[in-house]
Amino acid sequence: MKLNVNGRQHDIESDPRTPLLYVLRDELNLNAAKFGCGLGQCGACTVLVDGEAVFSCLTPVSLLADKEITTLEGLGTLATPAPIQRAFIEAQAAQCGYCIPGMMMRAQALLQKQPHAGDAEIRAWLEPNLCRCGTHMRILRAVHRARAGDRT
Amino acid sequence: MSGETVIVSRRTVLAGSGALILSFSSLGRLRAQHAGEPQVGSASASMQFRGSLEKAPFLDSWIRVDADGAITVFTGKAELGQGIKTALLQIAAEKLDTGLDQLVIVTADTARTPDEGYTAGSHSVQDSGTAIMYAAAQVRQLLIAEAATRAGVPADQLRTENAAVIAPDGRRFAYRDLVADQMLHVEAAPESSLHPHQFKIMQQPIPRIDIPAKVTGGEAYVQDMRPAGMVHGRVVRPPSYGAKLLSIDSRSVETMPGVMKVVRDGSFLGVVAAREFQAIEAMRALAASARWEETAQLPNAGALPDFLMAQLSRDITVLDARQPGSAAKTLSATYTRPYIAHGSIGPSCAIGHYEGDALTVWTHSQGVYPLRNAIAEMLGMAKDKVRCIHAEGAGCYGHNGADDAAADAAVLARAVPGRPVRLQWMREQEHAGEPYGPAMVAKVNASLDAGGRIIDWDYAIWSNTHATRPGPAGALTAARSLATAFQQPAPRPIPMPEGDGDRNSIPLYKFPSARVIYHFLPNMPVRVSALRALGAHVNVFAIESFMDELAAAAGADPVQFRLQHLDDPRARDVITTAAQRFGWSDKARASTPGHGRGFAFARYKNLAAYCAIACEVGVERDTGRARLARAVAAVDAGQVVNPDGVVNQIEGAILQSMSWTLFENVTFDERRITSIDWATYPILRFSAVPDAVEVHIIERSGLPFLGCGEAGLGPAAAAIANAVAAATGQRLRDLPLTPARIKAAKSPRAAE
Repeated sequence: MKLNVNGRQHDIESDPRTPLLYVLRDELNLNAAKFGCGLGQCGACTVLVDGEAVFSCLTPVSLLADKEITTLEGLGTLATPAPIQRAFIEAQAAQCGYCIPGMMMRAQALLQKQPHAGDAEIRAWLEPNLCRCGTHMRILRAVHRARAGDRT
Repeated sequence: MSGETVIVSRRTVLAGSGALILSFSSLGRLRAQHAGEPQVGSASASMQFRGSLEKAPFLDSWIRVDADGAITVFTGKAELGQGIKTALLQIAAEKLDTGLDQLVIVTADTARTPDEGYTAGSHSVQDSGTAIMYAAAQVRQLLIAEAATRAGVPADQLRTENAAVIAPDGRRFAYRDLVADQMLHVEAAPESSLHPHQFKIMQQPIPRIDIPAKVTGGEAYVQDMRPAGMVHGRVVRPPSYGAKLLSIDSRSVETMPGVMKVVRDGSFLGVVAAREFQAIEAMRALAASARWEETAQLPNAGALPDFLMAQLSRDITVLDARQPGSAAKTLSATYTRPYIAHGSIGPSCAIGHYEGDALTVWTHSQGVYPLRNAIAEMLGMAKDKVRCIHAEGAGCYGHNGADDAAADAAVLARAVPGRPVRLQWMREQEHAGEPYGPAMVAKVNASLDAGGRIIDWDYAIWSNTHATRPGPAGALTAARSLATAFQQPAPRPIPMPEGDGDRNSIPLYKFPSARVIYHFLPNMPVRVSALRALGAHVNVFAIESFMDELAAAAGADPVQFRLQHLDDPRARDVITTAAQRFGWSDKARASTPGHGRGFAFARYKNLAAYCAIACEVGVERDTGRARLARAVAAVDAGQVVNPDGVVNQIEGAILQSMSWTLFENVTFDERRITSIDWATYPILRFSAVPDAVEVHIIERSGLPFLGCGEAGLGPAAAAIANAVAAATGQRLRDLPLTPARIKAAKSPRAAE
């Protein structure tokens, strides 16, 4: 089957039952989406499907044939980071950083819909994603910083 | 300290090849001084720590300058997400007088870096940072000495900048051109001239070097590595501790798509497949057909404290300084915590590669050298045939599944020589298989005199060891499962002054009479080991909760009561700073309905960073749910390398400790661990995140580094518990402070 990831069509060899996460990591060699629980409980695997935040660990690729999939790699690069990436660097919003790509993708989904989301909306929106290092205050600061009106 | 400086003469350096051994006659004296308290403002007492140079004295163990211009810093410590790479580079760049981007850093690798044991105990900057600081400063001196010879100018007329020595006439000698063969293969001098008050790169909030890759999908973790030819492994874990594998249908699994090998050795069961999801499906099929004999007998989770206190114990007297006094009032209380999981967000992972007669393992272990020894013993290999290389994983917060996963990868890799095998645990394997922070009980009796001062303190703790890490192969779950099984080593406590269950069990307060007993419990029915802060979490929770109970009995303000019992000026400083910044004396803040304020303090291990925390907690009347609304911390970490790194660590410690304190509890039935995911082991989510967390650093420029990574955990737990007590009028002494417990405590019928 074919999969549209970060604006490109990819021929996929994996069994269509395979969850998207393993196709992204194992077949397309993408790093950002992480295996955290495989249960949709932690959000480390979060990517965008047609602009919606989804748990890639739970979503078989067979459901994604006509969808646009965006991973963190599709937002920006080291040389030209996207606003959300720049904001996380500027806020130094990571300790171990393992949960951070999932956090950024979920936040990105919110900001694409509501570029001026308030603090309460951001907190509520991020509820599905876990961070174990306790970096939450910085994650919130970074998402605030990435909002359209707050970009520098 | 004066007159002991060993100067490297220019002639000896030029004499050149082979090792130049400098005198260490002053070492013994230096060590003796380390035991004492450095005084604030006494620069001469500062910077005498030599850290890990004592174990690896050669300068080129730490710093190498190559002819091609590459300058490499080596550390035996590992990046765990605490920012250590950046901090160590700051120290090296500062003392070498180079830019940060002119250096690269190599972290824990048994083939390349010094053996600095484990990256644990908030030791990295203290041990490795101090070593690198001295080594870098002396490398710079050697380079200046060499340039002085070449320029024919006295060394004191030369300066350095940007990895070069500059002569007064403007001639420039790049470091790379100055270094000859063995020039840096000399032992460090015990002291060198440092200028602690003139920092360019240290003491600055330099952005972390690892963050850009982590936020752009770079290869940042062992989980992201893909060496050529890599295949995927999964293991099937026994359903309970010590379960024996009776039978398995491996034939049907061997024919599944992509499966290369089913590996069974005793009760060790795993599979190797071409693709990751194929390995997972094969693992599930294996697990479904596996039959086990289960024998584990776990304690009654509902009566853990009673279980612990009934166990056979080895009693260790930590402190025995009791004197009779005249007590006006005596109070007693018992505090407990359950087992707590490390709960890394990324399940443990490793890559093993067996090629020829040698094995390489990429691992997020905290101790590559001890792990190397354990794996070599497990596989019957010579140590020099096993290489362990640290690669980052998700944050570990102590001894989690990292070493076990590395051992699993090693066993699987041996079964498919020539192919790198990437092994990652599943979520339920991480949750059920990791060694937890031990459940503990702390019991305290204390007496006040008529003036409201503490005149006697009698404290006892019950705990398993907090240290079951490798070295020995028997510390690895895989090694205990093999047909030729290794036995788990007999548990031992970590001796004071660091301690394990008794870490921070001696209050820093001045009491005329005090005793501390550690009831060390060898029987460990639930697997345990080091969790961030070790026993300091419980001991500070207990001591600082009880200080509030005593303050109330004495009719004193909790902050004032602490200050009345403290001499240490640095302890007093963090307490007064946290109280002021919080607005402790502003009584209006205290009267918000349903809210309470709490305060707590500790110096981590009584020898690392000082930390005081004031906080405000709101408790919902209907649900009993407690929420940390605001926390203000003050920290004294000695000389600070990266202020933002310190703030990040303390913020993280406050939030993680809040999660332990309000939510966390490993659950089990008679045989099996039952908290096996984030639904059965809830931790904090964003709805519990405070409105604000402030961290204030008290600068101690020029004083020794004091590790701060774990300093906030104990104070945060106690400050929250004290705030809950203030909000509800009821003292809760059993962690976690769940809504059910808070509600029960508020109802009069449940009052004790």
